[in-house]
Amino acid sequence: MYNLDAAFSALADPTRRAILARLAKGEATVNELAEPFEMTQPAISQHLKVLEGAGLIVRRVEGTKRPRRLAKAGIEAMNQWLAMLRKALETNYDRLDFVLAGMEKQKRGKK
Amino acid sequence: MSKMTLKTEGDTHVIVTRRFAAPPEAVYRAHTDPKLIQKWLLGPEGWTMPVCITETKPGGKFRYEWTNGKGGGFHITGEYLELEPYNRIVHVERMHLPDPTPDNHIETRFEADGAGTLMTMRMTLPDGKTRAAMLATGMEHGMEASYVRLEGML
Repeated sequence: MYNLDAAFSALADPTRRAILARLAKGEATVNELAEPFEMTQPAISQHLKVLEGAGLIVRRVEGTKRPRRLAKAGIEAMNQWLAMLRKALETNYDRLDFVLAGMEKQKRGKK
Repeated sequence: MSKMTLKTEGDTHVIVTRRFAAPPEAVYRAHTDPKLIQKWLLGPEGWTMPVCITETKPGGKFRYEWTNGKGGGFHITGEYLELEPYNRIVHVERMHLPDPTPDNHIETRFEADGAGTLMTMRMTLPDGKTRAAMLATGMEHGMEASYVRLEGML
């Protein structure tokens, strides 16, 4: 239960969601992550700490670098994210199916 | 049966496809006639679209306003670039949250598919970061629904 809570609050921030989206494309260093977000390294590091704490990302040691990548929970969160967007769109299109059926009926009624 | 597909392509595209049982003319009209749009383009349960204005000609503007009836709301404005009844719509749009998001360029095609229609929507965002932010906004709506469900369980 604690983990789920931590994951939810970690994902509540748009920058952290964008960081996850970037990591979904592959491993990245703090520098690489900071660049597109126009944020300072400490600010990015703070976000990374939250994501790590929630178990969404992990770090690797490579010399002086600490590249981050998605953890299994992070990959699942990304999949869930796409699934939720898909569901919101599906709800719209299911409603459109009804609208279209209504239009057909009206057309037939006029004939 | 899943009728809809949603996938990302390259760094900046999102492609959505969906099949409908009605012919392209009806699906096209449902995407351009305000009275029809207001019936389905609503997002999560509880949201309505009290304002829907479409100036359906190349260069024409459109405006969609949503509200959740509890003081929450946002709107989208856009311009039509190309309109080919009943096959194709090309437009740009941006969300106002209230600051405008970068333009999303969208081409929507309606192709006859047996007695129905295959719709293909191709979104192009200016860059990967904007695409991530757009997908994240969709997630926020999904999460809102999740929270509501969660509240119901507690």
